[in-house]
Amino acid sequence: MKKEYYKIIFAGIIIGIISTALVLFGNPKNMGFCIACFIRDTAGAMKLHSASAVQYVRPEIIGLILGSFILSMFSKEHKAVGGSSPITRFILGFFAMVGALMFLGCPFRMILRLAGGDYNAILGLFGFIVGIGIGVFFLKKGYSLNRTYEIKKIDGNIFPIIQVIILILFVAFPALFALSSEPNVPGGMHAPIIISLVAGLIVGALAQKTRFCMMGGIRDIILFKDFKLISGFVAVLISALIMNIIFKKFTPGFEGQAIAHSDFLWNFLGTLLLGFASVLLGGCPLRQLILTGEGNVDSAITFLGYFVGAAFCHNFSLASSGKGPTLNGKIAVIFGIIVVTIIAIVNSKKEKKV
Amino acid sequence: MIDARGFSCPQPVFMLMESMKSGDTYYEIMVDNHAAKENVSRFATSKDFNVEVEDKGNEYLIKVKK
Repeated sequence: MKKEYYKIIFAGIIIGIISTALVLFGNPKNMGFCIACFIRDTAGAMKLHSASAVQYVRPEIIGLILGSFILSMFSKEHKAVGGSSPITRFILGFFAMVGALMFLGCPFRMILRLAGGDYNAILGLFGFIVGIGIGVFFLKKGYSLNRTYEIKKIDGNIFPIIQVIILILFVAFPALFALSSEPNVPGGMHAPIIISLVAGLIVGALAQKTRFCMMGGIRDIILFKDFKLISGFVAVLISALIMNIIFKKFTPGFEGQAIAHSDFLWNFLGTLLLGFASVLLGGCPLRQLILTGEGNVDSAITFLGYFVGAAFCHNFSLASSGKGPTLNGKIAVIFGIIVVTIIAIVNSKKEKKV
Repeated sequence: MIDARGFSCPQPVFMLMESMKSGDTYYEIMVDNHAAKENVSRFATSKDFNVEVEDKGNEYLIKVKK
Protein backbone atom coordinates (compact mmCIF):
# COMPACT_ATOMS: atom_id res chain seq x y z
CA MET A 1 0.00 0.00 0.00
CA LYS A 2 2.91 2.34 0.67
CA LYS A 3 3.84 2.08 -2.99
CA GLU A 4 0.69 3.98 -3.95
CA TYR A 5 1.80 6.84 -1.74
CA TYR A 6 5.28 6.98 -3.23
CA LYS A 7 3.79 7.02 -6.71
CA ILE A 8 1.40 9.89 -6.10
CA ILE A 9 3.98 11.93 -4.18
CA PHE A 10 6.46 11.46 -7.00
CA ALA A 11 3.79 12.47 -9.53
CA GLY A 12 2.92 15.50 -7.39
CA ILE A 13 6.53 16.66 -7.32
CA ILE A 14 6.83 16.37 -11.11
CA ILE A 15 3.48 18.14 -11.60
CA GLY A 16 4.61 20.97 -9.31
CA ILE A 17 7.85 21.37 -11.25
CA ILE A 18 6.12 21.33 -14.65
CA SER A 19 3.50 23.82 -13.44
CA THR A 20 6.07 26.38 -12.37
CA ALA A 21 8.21 25.72 -15.45
CA LEU A 22 5.26 26.64 -17.66
CA VAL A 23 5.20 30.06 -16.01
CA LEU A 24 8.90 30.47 -16.75
CA PHE A 25 8.10 29.62 -20.38
CA GLY A 26 5.42 32.29 -20.59
CA ASN A 27 2.18 31.26 -18.87
CA PRO A 28 0.61 33.84 -16.51
CA LYS A 29 1.92 33.87 -12.95
CA ASN A 30 0.68 31.07 -10.71
CA MET A 31 -1.05 29.68 -13.79
CA GLY A 32 1.14 26.89 -15.05
CA PHE A 33 -2.14 25.06 -15.03
CA CYS A 34 -5.64 26.28 -14.35
CA ILE A 35 -8.31 24.06 -15.79
CA ALA A 36 -11.04 26.65 -15.28
CA CYS A 37 -9.03 29.52 -16.76
CA PHE A 38 -7.79 27.44 -19.67
CA ILE A 39 -11.24 26.18 -20.59
CA ARG A 40 -12.40 29.80 -20.35
CA ASP A 41 -9.59 30.93 -22.65
CA THR A 42 -10.38 28.18 -25.14
CA ALA A 43 -14.09 29.10 -25.09
CA GLY A 44 -13.02 32.67 -25.84
CA ALA A 45 -10.77 31.58 -28.70
CA MET A 46 -13.79 29.83 -30.22
CA LYS A 47 -15.72 33.09 -29.91
CA LEU A 48 -18.20 31.74 -27.40
CA HIS A 49 -17.38 34.85 -25.42
CA SER A 50 -15.67 38.01 -26.56
CA ALA A 51 -13.59 39.05 -23.56
CA SER A 52 -10.49 39.94 -25.56
CA ALA A 53 -8.15 39.51 -22.58
CA VAL A 54 -8.88 35.82 -22.16
CA GLN A 55 -8.87 34.18 -25.58
CA TYR A 56 -6.37 31.46 -26.42
CA VAL A 57 -6.53 27.80 -27.38
CA ARG A 58 -4.73 26.26 -24.42
CA PRO A 59 -2.78 23.21 -25.60
CA GLU A 60 -2.49 22.12 -21.95
CA ILE A 61 -6.18 21.14 -21.96
CA ILE A 62 -5.74 19.13 -25.16
CA GLY A 63 -2.60 17.51 -23.73
CA LEU A 64 -4.25 16.56 -20.45
CA ILE A 65 -7.10 14.76 -22.18
CA LEU A 66 -4.84 13.06 -24.72
CA GLY A 67 -2.21 12.15 -22.11
CA SER A 68 -4.87 10.34 -20.14
CA PHE A 69 -6.34 8.84 -23.31
CA ILE A 70 -3.03 7.44 -24.54
CA LEU A 71 -1.88 6.03 -21.21
CA SER A 72 -5.26 4.50 -20.42
CA MET A 73 -5.26 2.85 -23.85
CA PHE A 74 -1.88 1.28 -23.13
CA SER A 75 -2.77 0.20 -19.62
CA LYS A 76 -6.14 -1.13 -20.80
CA GLU A 77 -7.93 1.14 -18.35
CA HIS A 78 -9.69 2.97 -21.15
CA LYS A 79 -13.38 2.18 -21.09
CA ALA A 80 -16.28 3.93 -22.75
CA VAL A 81 -18.90 4.58 -20.09
CA GLY A 82 -21.70 7.06 -19.66
CA GLY A 83 -25.34 7.61 -18.92
CA SER A 84 -25.07 8.88 -15.37
CA SER A 85 -27.38 11.88 -15.03
CA PRO A 86 -25.83 13.87 -17.90
CA ILE A 87 -27.85 17.08 -17.62
CA THR A 88 -27.37 17.21 -13.87
CA ARG A 89 -23.64 16.92 -14.46
CA PHE A 90 -23.78 19.64 -17.07
CA ILE A 91 -25.43 22.01 -14.60
CA LEU A 92 -23.01 21.08 -11.81
CA GLY A 93 -20.12 21.73 -14.20
CA PHE A 94 -21.65 25.05 -15.19
CA PHE A 95 -21.88 26.28 -11.60
CA ALA A 96 -18.51 24.83 -10.62
CA MET A 97 -17.14 27.15 -13.29
CA VAL A 98 -19.12 30.10 -11.95
CA GLY A 99 -17.54 29.46 -8.55
CA ALA A 100 -14.06 29.00 -10.02
CA LEU A 101 -14.22 32.23 -12.00
CA MET A 102 -15.42 34.11 -8.95
CA PHE A 103 -12.24 32.98 -7.19
CA LEU A 104 -10.18 33.10 -10.41
CA GLY A 105 -8.91 29.56 -10.45
CA CYS A 106 -9.74 25.89 -10.28
CA PRO A 107 -8.42 23.86 -7.31
CA PHE A 108 -5.22 23.18 -9.25
CA ARG A 109 -4.52 26.90 -9.62
CA MET A 110 -5.50 27.40 -5.99
CA ILE A 111 -2.52 25.24 -5.01
CA LEU A 112 -0.27 27.08 -7.44
CA ARG A 113 -1.45 30.42 -6.06
CA LEU A 114 -0.68 29.22 -2.54
CA ALA A 115 2.74 28.10 -3.72
CA GLY A 116 3.33 31.53 -5.27
CA GLY A 117 2.58 33.31 -1.98
CA ASP A 118 -0.91 34.53 -2.93
CA TYR A 119 -2.56 34.58 0.49
CA ASN A 120 -5.99 35.17 -1.05
CA ALA A 121 -5.84 31.50 -2.00
CA ILE A 122 -5.91 30.64 1.73
CA LEU A 123 -9.45 32.03 1.82
CA GLY A 124 -10.07 30.02 -1.32
CA LEU A 125 -8.79 26.88 0.38
CA PHE A 126 -11.06 27.47 3.39
CA GLY A 127 -14.07 27.93 1.13
CA PHE A 128 -13.10 24.83 -0.84
CA ILE A 129 -12.84 22.73 2.34
CA VAL A 130 -16.20 23.98 3.62
CA GLY A 131 -17.80 23.29 0.22
CA ILE A 132 -16.39 19.76 0.25
CA GLY A 133 -17.64 19.34 3.82
CA ILE A 134 -21.16 20.25 2.70
CA GLY A 135 -20.86 17.82 -0.22
CA VAL A 136 -19.70 15.05 2.11
CA PHE A 137 -22.68 15.73 4.36
CA PHE A 138 -24.93 14.90 1.40
CA LEU A 139 -22.82 11.86 0.46
CA LYS A 140 -23.48 10.56 3.95
CA LYS A 141 -27.18 11.27 3.44
CA GLY A 142 -27.05 8.93 0.45
CA TYR A 143 -26.35 11.38 -2.38
CA SER A 144 -25.59 9.61 -5.63
CA LEU A 145 -26.18 10.21 -9.29
CA ASN A 146 -27.36 7.37 -11.53
CA ARG A 147 -24.97 4.55 -12.27
CA THR A 148 -22.95 4.53 -15.49
CA TYR A 149 -23.17 1.92 -18.20
CA GLU A 150 -20.78 0.68 -20.78
CA ILE A 151 -21.44 2.41 -24.06
CA LYS A 152 -20.18 2.04 -27.61
CA LYS A 153 -16.43 2.35 -27.82
CA ILE A 154 -16.55 5.13 -30.37
CA ASP A 155 -18.63 7.28 -28.00
CA GLY A 156 -15.79 7.29 -25.50
CA ASN A 157 -13.30 8.25 -28.20
CA ILE A 158 -15.17 11.20 -29.68
CA PHE A 159 -13.93 13.79 -27.20
CA PRO A 160 -10.24 12.85 -27.49
CA ILE A 161 -10.63 12.90 -31.31
CA ILE A 162 -12.13 16.40 -31.09
CA GLN A 163 -9.03 17.49 -29.13
CA VAL A 164 -6.78 16.29 -31.94
CA ILE A 165 -8.87 18.19 -34.49
CA ILE A 166 -8.76 21.38 -32.41
CA LEU A 167 -5.00 21.05 -32.10
CA ILE A 168 -4.52 20.58 -35.85
CA LEU A 169 -6.79 23.53 -36.63
CA PHE A 170 -5.01 25.72 -34.10
CA VAL A 171 -1.55 24.89 -35.43
CA ALA A 172 -2.49 25.00 -39.12
CA PHE A 173 -5.05 27.82 -39.16
CA PRO A 174 -4.59 30.00 -36.08
CA ALA A 175 -6.43 32.84 -37.82
CA LEU A 176 -9.66 30.88 -37.38
CA PHE A 177 -9.56 31.64 -33.69
CA ALA A 178 -9.93 34.83 -31.68
CA LEU A 179 -6.64 35.17 -29.82
CA SER A 180 -5.73 37.79 -27.24
CA SER A 181 -3.30 40.09 -29.02
CA GLU A 182 -1.88 42.08 -26.13
CA PRO A 183 1.08 40.44 -24.42
CA ASN A 184 0.22 41.55 -20.87
CA VAL A 185 -3.27 40.04 -20.59
CA PRO A 186 -3.84 36.45 -19.40
CA GLY A 187 -4.76 35.17 -22.87
CA GLY A 188 -1.68 36.78 -24.35
CA MET A 189 0.65 35.05 -21.92
CA HIS A 190 1.45 31.51 -22.85
CA ALA A 191 4.29 29.07 -23.24
CA PRO A 192 5.12 27.89 -26.78
CA ILE A 193 2.49 25.47 -28.10
CA ILE A 194 4.74 22.42 -28.11
CA ILE A 195 5.84 22.97 -24.51
CA SER A 196 2.27 23.49 -23.33
CA LEU A 197 1.16 20.39 -25.18
CA VAL A 198 3.93 18.16 -23.86
CA ALA A 199 3.42 19.49 -20.33
CA GLY A 200 -0.27 18.63 -20.65
CA LEU A 201 0.49 15.15 -21.99
CA ILE A 202 2.88 14.34 -19.14
CA VAL A 203 0.65 15.72 -16.40
CA GLY A 204 -2.36 14.04 -17.99
CA ALA A 205 -0.62 10.68 -17.96
CA LEU A 206 0.63 11.12 -14.37
CA ALA A 207 -2.81 12.18 -13.19
CA GLN A 208 -4.42 9.24 -14.97
CA LYS A 209 -2.04 6.75 -13.40
CA THR A 210 -2.34 8.13 -9.87
CA ARG A 211 -6.05 9.22 -9.93
CA PHE A 212 -4.90 12.67 -8.94
CA CYS A 213 -7.77 14.82 -7.69
CA MET A 214 -7.54 18.10 -5.88
CA MET A 215 -10.98 17.71 -4.34
CA GLY A 216 -10.71 13.99 -3.61
CA GLY A 217 -7.81 14.51 -1.21
CA ILE A 218 -9.84 16.63 1.17
CA ARG A 219 -13.01 14.57 0.66
CA ASP A 220 -11.29 11.29 1.46
CA ILE A 221 -9.83 12.65 4.67
CA ILE A 222 -13.24 13.81 5.86
CA LEU A 223 -14.98 10.67 4.69
CA PHE A 224 -12.54 7.81 5.25
CA LYS A 225 -9.44 9.28 6.90
CA ASP A 226 -7.63 8.20 3.74
CA PHE A 227 -4.55 10.26 2.98
CA LYS A 228 -3.51 8.99 -0.45
CA LEU A 229 -4.90 11.77 -2.64
CA ILE A 230 -4.05 14.58 -0.26
CA SER A 231 -0.41 13.52 -0.30
CA GLY A 232 -0.35 14.30 -4.03
CA PHE A 233 -1.95 17.68 -3.38
CA VAL A 234 0.66 18.52 -0.74
CA ALA A 235 3.51 17.28 -2.97
CA VAL A 236 2.42 19.69 -5.74
CA LEU A 237 2.24 22.53 -3.22
CA ILE A 238 5.68 21.91 -1.78
CA SER A 239 7.45 21.28 -5.07
CA ALA A 240 5.87 24.36 -6.71
CA LEU A 241 6.73 26.41 -3.63
CA ILE A 242 10.38 25.38 -3.77
CA MET A 243 10.50 26.05 -7.52
CA ASN A 244 8.95 29.49 -7.01
CA ILE A 245 11.49 30.35 -4.34
CA ILE A 246 14.40 29.15 -6.48
CA PHE A 247 13.23 31.15 -9.50
CA LYS A 248 12.23 34.19 -7.46
CA LYS A 249 8.55 33.86 -8.29
CA PHE A 250 7.48 33.68 -4.65
CA THR A 251 5.80 36.98 -3.76
CA PRO A 252 3.89 36.65 -0.49
CA GLY A 253 0.96 38.93 0.34
CA PHE A 254 -2.71 39.69 -0.27
CA GLU A 255 -2.58 42.74 -2.49
CA GLY A 256 -1.28 43.02 -6.03
CA GLN A 257 -1.29 39.29 -6.77
CA ALA A 258 -1.41 38.21 -10.40
CA ILE A 259 -4.91 37.54 -11.74
CA ALA A 260 -6.44 37.53 -8.28
CA HIS A 261 -8.52 39.80 -6.05
CA SER A 262 -8.61 40.29 -2.32
CA ASP A 263 -12.32 40.13 -1.58
CA PHE A 264 -12.22 37.60 1.25
CA LEU A 265 -15.90 36.77 1.35
CA TRP A 266 -16.29 36.14 -2.38
CA ASN A 267 -13.07 34.20 -2.69
CA PHE A 268 -14.47 32.02 0.08
CA LEU A 269 -17.96 31.64 -1.40
CA GLY A 270 -16.65 31.07 -4.92
CA THR A 271 -14.54 28.09 -3.90
CA LEU A 272 -17.29 26.89 -1.59
CA LEU A 273 -19.53 26.54 -4.63
CA LEU A 274 -16.67 24.97 -6.58
CA GLY A 275 -15.89 22.43 -3.85
CA PHE A 276 -19.53 21.55 -3.23
CA ALA A 277 -20.25 21.02 -6.95
CA SER A 278 -17.02 19.03 -7.37
CA VAL A 279 -17.99 16.57 -4.63
CA LEU A 280 -21.34 16.02 -6.31
CA LEU A 281 -19.53 15.49 -9.62
CA GLY A 282 -17.05 13.09 -8.01
CA GLY A 283 -13.95 15.01 -9.03
CA CYS A 284 -12.26 18.35 -9.56
CA PRO A 285 -11.96 19.88 -13.05
CA LEU A 286 -8.58 18.21 -13.61
CA ARG A 287 -10.03 14.81 -12.73
CA GLN A 288 -12.94 15.39 -15.12
CA LEU A 289 -10.49 15.98 -17.98
CA ILE A 290 -8.60 12.82 -17.08
CA LEU A 291 -11.80 10.78 -16.93
CA THR A 292 -12.84 12.26 -20.27
CA GLY A 293 -9.59 10.91 -21.70
CA GLU A 294 -10.35 7.50 -20.19
CA GLY A 295 -13.59 7.34 -22.15
CA ASN A 296 -16.05 8.66 -19.57
CA VAL A 297 -18.62 10.67 -21.51
CA ASP A 298 -20.29 11.88 -18.32
CA SER A 299 -17.07 13.74 -17.62
CA ALA A 300 -17.09 15.00 -21.20
CA ILE A 301 -20.57 16.43 -20.53
CA THR A 302 -19.18 18.00 -17.36
CA PHE A 303 -16.43 19.54 -19.48
CA LEU A 304 -19.09 21.01 -21.75
CA GLY A 305 -20.81 22.40 -18.65
CA TYR A 306 -17.55 24.11 -17.67
CA PHE A 307 -17.13 25.33 -21.22
CA VAL A 308 -20.58 26.86 -21.52
CA GLY A 309 -20.36 28.13 -17.94
CA ALA A 310 -17.13 29.94 -18.76
CA ALA A 311 -18.71 31.59 -21.80
CA PHE A 312 -21.69 32.71 -19.71
CA CYS A 313 -19.36 34.07 -17.06
CA HIS A 314 -17.82 36.48 -19.54
CA ASN A 315 -20.91 37.21 -21.61
CA PHE A 316 -22.89 38.19 -18.52
CA SER A 317 -20.11 39.72 -16.43
CA LEU A 318 -20.11 36.98 -13.80
CA ALA A 319 -16.35 36.43 -13.75
CA SER A 320 -14.18 38.39 -11.36
CA SER A 321 -11.12 40.27 -12.47
CA GLY A 322 -8.10 41.63 -10.64
CA LYS A 323 -10.35 44.52 -9.62
CA GLY A 324 -12.63 42.17 -7.72
CA PRO A 325 -15.95 40.39 -8.09
CA THR A 326 -18.95 41.80 -9.96
CA LEU A 327 -22.49 42.19 -8.69
CA ASN A 328 -23.71 39.76 -11.34
CA GLY A 329 -21.05 37.31 -10.24
CA LYS A 330 -22.16 37.52 -6.62
CA ILE A 331 -25.76 36.88 -7.58
CA ALA A 332 -24.72 33.95 -9.78
CA VAL A 333 -22.65 32.37 -7.00
CA ILE A 334 -25.54 32.59 -4.51
CA PHE A 335 -27.90 31.25 -7.14
CA GLY A 336 -25.40 28.48 -7.89
CA ILE A 337 -25.14 27.47 -4.24
CA ILE A 338 -28.94 27.22 -4.11
CA VAL A 339 -29.15 25.17 -7.32
CA VAL A 340 -26.37 22.81 -6.25
CA THR A 341 -28.01 22.37 -2.85
CA ILE A 342 -31.29 21.45 -4.53
CA ILE A 343 -29.47 18.94 -6.75
CA ALA A 344 -27.83 17.48 -3.65
CA ILE A 345 -31.14 17.17 -1.81
CA VAL A 346 -33.16 15.60 -4.60
CA ASN A 347 -30.45 13.04 -5.32
CA SER A 348 -29.95 12.08 -1.68
CA LYS A 349 -32.79 9.66 -1.21
CA LYS A 350 -31.60 6.47 0.41
CA GLU A 351 -31.99 3.63 -2.02
CA LYS A 352 -32.90 0.14 -1.02
CA LYS A 353 -29.88 -2.07 -0.53
CA VAL A 354 -29.37 -4.91 -2.97
CA MET B 1 -22.77 -9.33 -2.58
CA ILE B 2 -22.66 -5.58 -2.87
CA ASP B 3 -23.17 -4.52 -6.46
CA ALA B 4 -21.22 -1.30 -6.94
CA ARG B 5 -20.92 -1.66 -10.71
CA GLY B 6 -21.47 1.58 -12.55
CA PHE B 7 -20.51 3.68 -9.58
CA SER B 8 -17.34 5.63 -9.29
CA CYS B 9 -15.65 6.52 -6.06
CA PRO B 10 -16.41 7.34 -3.37
CA GLN B 11 -19.72 5.45 -3.77
CA PRO B 12 -18.29 1.90 -3.86
CA VAL B 13 -16.17 2.52 -0.74
CA PHE B 14 -19.16 4.10 0.87
CA MET B 15 -21.38 1.13 0.06
CA LEU B 16 -18.84 -1.22 1.65
CA MET B 17 -18.50 1.06 4.66
CA GLU B 18 -22.27 1.07 5.15
CA SER B 19 -22.42 -2.72 4.88
CA MET B 20 -19.60 -3.09 7.37
CA LYS B 21 -21.88 -1.67 10.03
CA SER B 22 -23.43 -5.15 10.17
CA GLY B 23 -20.21 -6.38 11.81
CA ASP B 24 -19.81 -9.42 9.56
CA THR B 25 -16.35 -10.80 8.82
CA TYR B 26 -16.82 -11.44 5.10
CA TYR B 27 -18.07 -9.23 2.28
CA GLU B 28 -18.07 -9.39 -1.47
CA ILE B 29 -18.25 -6.31 -3.61
CA MET B 30 -18.38 -6.06 -7.37
CA VAL B 31 -16.92 -3.00 -9.07
CA ASP B 32 -16.24 -2.19 -12.70
CA ASN B 33 -13.42 0.32 -12.72
CA HIS B 34 -9.80 0.38 -11.65
CA ALA B 35 -10.06 3.37 -9.34
CA ALA B 36 -12.89 1.74 -7.41
CA LYS B 37 -10.95 -1.53 -7.19
CA GLU B 38 -7.93 0.26 -5.71
CA ASN B 39 -9.93 2.46 -3.36
CA VAL B 40 -12.10 -0.38 -2.04
CA SER B 41 -9.01 -2.54 -1.51
CA ARG B 42 -7.18 0.25 0.28
CA PHE B 43 -10.15 0.99 2.49
CA ALA B 44 -10.69 -2.65 3.44
CA THR B 45 -7.00 -3.08 4.21
CA SER B 46 -7.09 -0.02 6.43
CA LYS B 47 -9.92 -1.67 8.35
CA ASP B 48 -7.73 -4.78 8.89
CA PHE B 49 -9.49 -6.95 6.34
CA ASN B 50 -7.69 -9.25 3.94
CA VAL B 51 -8.42 -8.42 0.35
CA GLU B 52 -8.63 -10.75 -2.62
CA VAL B 53 -9.45 -9.41 -6.07
CA GLU B 54 -10.91 -11.64 -8.76
CA ASP B 55 -10.48 -10.20 -12.24
CA LYS B 56 -13.62 -10.91 -14.25
CA GLY B 57 -12.69 -9.25 -17.51
CA ASN B 58 -14.19 -5.82 -17.29
CA GLU B 59 -15.28 -6.23 -13.69
CA TYR B 60 -13.67 -7.08 -10.39
CA LEU B 61 -15.05 -9.15 -7.58
CA ILE B 62 -13.38 -8.02 -4.38
CA LYS B 63 -13.51 -10.47 -1.48
CA VAL B 64 -12.93 -8.90 1.87
CA LYS B 65 -12.28 -11.11 4.87
CA LYS B 66 -11.27 -10.55 8.51
